[in-house]
Amino acid sequence: MKRGRVNITSKCQGFSSTEGRIKRQKPGPLGSSLAQRPAEDWGSLPHHVVLHIFQYLSLVDRARASSVCRRWNEVFHIPDLWRRFEFELNQPATSYLKSTHPDLIQQIIKRHAQHLQYVSFKVDSCTESAEAACNILSQLVNCTIKTLGLISTARPSFMDVSQSHFVSALTVVFVNSKSLSSIKIDDTPVDDPSLKVLVANNSDTLKLLKMSSCPHVSPAGILCVADQCHGLRELALNYHLLSDELLLALSSEKHVHLEHLRIDVVSETPGQTHFHTIKRSSWEALIRHSPKVNIVMYFFLEEEEFEPFFREETPVTHLYFGRAVSKEMLGRIGLNCPRLVELVVCANGLEPLDEELIRIAERCKNLTAIGLGECEVTCSGFVEFVKMCGGRLTQLSIMEEVLIPDNSYNMEQIHSEVSKHLGRMWFPDMMPTW
Amino acid sequence: MVVNSVHWFRKGLRLHDNPALQEALDGADTVRCVYVLDPWFAGSANVGFNRWRFLLESLEDLDNSLRRLNSRLFVVRGQPTDVFPRLFKEWNVTRLTFEYDSEPYGKERDSAIIKMARNFGVETRVRNSHTLYKLERIIELNNNSPPLSFKRFQALIQRLELPKRPLQTVTVEQMDSCPTPVAANHDELYSVPSLEELGFKTTDQGQAVWKGGETEALQRLHRHVSKEWVGNYWKPHINVCTLMASPSGLSPYLRFGCLSCRTLYYRLRELYMKAYQHTPPPLTLFTQLLWREFFYTAATHNPAFDRMTGNPICMQIPWDKNPEALAKWAEGRTGFPWIDAIMTQLRQEGWIHHLARHAVACFLTRGDLWISWESGMKVFEEMLLDADWSVNAGSWMWLSCSSFFQQFFHCYCPVGFARRIDPSGHYIRKYIPKLKDYPDRYIHEPWKAPESVQRGCNCVVGVDYPMPMVNHAETSRLNIERMKQVYQQFSHYKGLSLLEVVPVIREQTESSVPKSSMSHPSCNDGMVSSLCLSLSHRKRERPIDLHCSQGCSQPKMQCVGLDRDSNRPLQQ
Repeated sequence: MKRGRVNITSKCQGFSSTEGRIKRQKPGPLGSSLAQRPAEDWGSLPHHVVLHIFQYLSLVDRARASSVCRRWNEVFHIPDLWRRFEFELNQPATSYLKSTHPDLIQQIIKRHAQHLQYVSFKVDSCTESAEAACNILSQLVNCTIKTLGLISTARPSFMDVSQSHFVSALTVVFVNSKSLSSIKIDDTPVDDPSLKVLVANNSDTLKLLKMSSCPHVSPAGILCVADQCHGLRELALNYHLLSDELLLALSSEKHVHLEHLRIDVVSETPGQTHFHTIKRSSWEALIRHSPKVNIVMYFFLEEEEFEPFFREETPVTHLYFGRAVSKEMLGRIGLNCPRLVELVVCANGLEPLDEELIRIAERCKNLTAIGLGECEVTCSGFVEFVKMCGGRLTQLSIMEEVLIPDNSYNMEQIHSEVSKHLGRMWFPDMMPTW
Repeated sequence: MVVNSVHWFRKGLRLHDNPALQEALDGADTVRCVYVLDPWFAGSANVGFNRWRFLLESLEDLDNSLRRLNSRLFVVRGQPTDVFPRLFKEWNVTRLTFEYDSEPYGKERDSAIIKMARNFGVETRVRNSHTLYKLERIIELNNNSPPLSFKRFQALIQRLELPKRPLQTVTVEQMDSCPTPVAANHDELYSVPSLEELGFKTTDQGQAVWKGGETEALQRLHRHVSKEWVGNYWKPHINVCTLMASPSGLSPYLRFGCLSCRTLYYRLRELYMKAYQHTPPPLTLFTQLLWREFFYTAATHNPAFDRMTGNPICMQIPWDKNPEALAKWAEGRTGFPWIDAIMTQLRQEGWIHHLARHAVACFLTRGDLWISWESGMKVFEEMLLDADWSVNAGSWMWLSCSSFFQQFFHCYCPVGFARRIDPSGHYIRKYIPKLKDYPDRYIHEPWKAPESVQRGCNCVVGVDYPMPMVNHAETSRLNIERMKQVYQQFSHYKGLSLLEVVPVIREQTESSVPKSSMSHPSCNDGMVSSLCLSLSHRKRERPIDLHCSQGCSQPKMQCVGLDRDSNRPLQQ
């Protein structure tokens, strides 16, 4: 499919050959004035103009443009163009994606490390890629990095890097940047001591910390962060790190309002983990301190492991059940989650969830989004549910198989009935039945 | 002038409802029905044993039906571009007819043949009968771009008139007026090859569960349509029986054209109207046919439809490359009995129920293994009888949430889902006989059975049957994050996807400075360019040329789809 390709490069090359001359200009007012002043040409555009144009180009195109003339090359290296960079580290054997060229990486480290402010690393499932990321990190010494993201795009390859290698690379950035505000280190072998280093150097500026599934961190480690980083507005972690003390620390007077708390609940040994409970009073303290906080919980448990949850009022706002969740649990959620905004259920079972849904509609007055996967709801029950909260639902994503036709409604009727109550056209989500 | 017709069978392997064949017969003096077969492909092409067997059985069936009409089928070995010039000369051909093939590769091949025929003074007549409608009509109706949501597609179909009525089958009288000159050595030159001739060993292959051919197709049609009216056609109760090959299943026959989709359509319509006092049937009666039509329509103008890179409608997802894991999946050695049973049924019989397809596709891609859908598509292409290019690629993109605006939150658990459909493990026991002694409690997760139970069943996990190749809770957790990462880059997906709570601190995601792509024309840019620009949060900053230059052959097609797809409010 080659239609419509516009080759910027050829245009640039065209310009390079006109450096110092005018070419293909029709005689006209502009042409003639340019002819009279041959020094004014593309190569001598003011830097800020070229900079502005360069900001629209992809890196590859910019790199090509930079070899056109000296001025353009200077512009290419203006710090403004190097504030934000995403290092992509992939191996052909493990990924379809290309990798940032090693020469470019070298150039950045040499000339632009000090300009980098918003940096991310995307690595594939190969350990080599994660190691390469760590090597780059270790060299970012004279930096003022504000945002750092370590993102594994497939399997978490950072976990395969030796822990000491990873931690020492990470602490280079922690120590040198001193103004980190946003850090994403999910699925990495970060540990308590590195968090201490982070806190020691960036406690005034840290606003966002995402560290889900970091098995080497303990509750004490994260508590240290909460205690010292009073500007922390967003935190993502696993349930085993959550404690009453943590919630209280986040609610202390000195602490700003927390805006977003994401908690992943995953069992270490499936079927055998027992989860601790968080006291209701701790939750209440958090809500008193930060009334608008989003509390997002993702559950990946087996049905028996849910026992400790939602026995009392829990201020969760966004719930995702990545595996089957029992009817009873959904009943409890209706009872105890008054702040619920979004509920997404991957699977339940073969008993209709009518009652549970209706109770959720009744008691979760803030509910605006719901998604149901492999569940069953009778059409009448569903219509009842929509009647009660349709007006406030912006997302209603129900798999087609969920709805069970009954005496009152069949599949044709259900979509018009629901559309009526929602105030817009609605259909269930479909999967190809071919 | 003498009219010597040749009808070229490719799909459409039938005599009923075959407008192109009718054109061949129309006022002709002689007619010959031809199928071009390149035997060298048998070894190399990605087509497995069951598909070849089905095809050869269909050709035999055609040959038999033609015999009854005093004609024969001519199976010509070679490639069309080589074969036809020879035949045109030898048989003094003046007219060539064939059924329209909407797939990009097919269109290219056919236009070359038409050109070549013209050079030989051969008139070509092409007729549409593989799909219910002329796909161009549907595309035209949608502002010249194929609809990318099924809802939108259904809405368009509602506005169309009914599909063309199926034509009658070819009669003896028709054939009598334009006989087929059959030489004495016909069987030597033009007979249907056997599987052995194509290099397959048939000794340990059992009886085909799905027998190829028009005769079988029509018998099944009769069975299919008579049982549809018992109970609800739109909500068959899903149980383990639905997973088994049905004696009235029709999808492979529709794919090869042994059964006309229009014949099926009208038969369903007729019976519905008889049963429900002449009320016209709702579109849902034809859901399966419409899915098929939907994918053909989406693919017809997109030669890159079966790929991720360079495909303007496909999300560029950073899938993992892992040949070992792929092989385990393809060969049914994942350690999850449900997945393994499905892949075994697929390999042995060539057909699996659509729910089974969802389960294995999800497992391979966004659920567990995070491997590209293209790999899965190729495996299906080899083994699945009804997998043709458009439908197979389209389904895989859909099931891996790579296109068509799918919600990605629901993940099929290889244990939980299996338990709900097959609580007594009947399906597992049939296709994985090694596990047949396992009690119901453990049949879907044998690794959980205590060692004593495992030894008692003569099947120890890790020795006689593989350990589960992944920890499903862990992989589904990882993968949902991966999907979110991919989708969160597109701000206009907000409002289309659940799980979209965007972090407050936006420094890394959105920016007021135009985001430049990084080390290479990022795949993301390719996707952004082909998705609706006007829905982007960012101001329209990039000149439109640059967007098109990212390989987008159909700018803004999703734009139209999204705008009109009013079941999702645009959260802007």
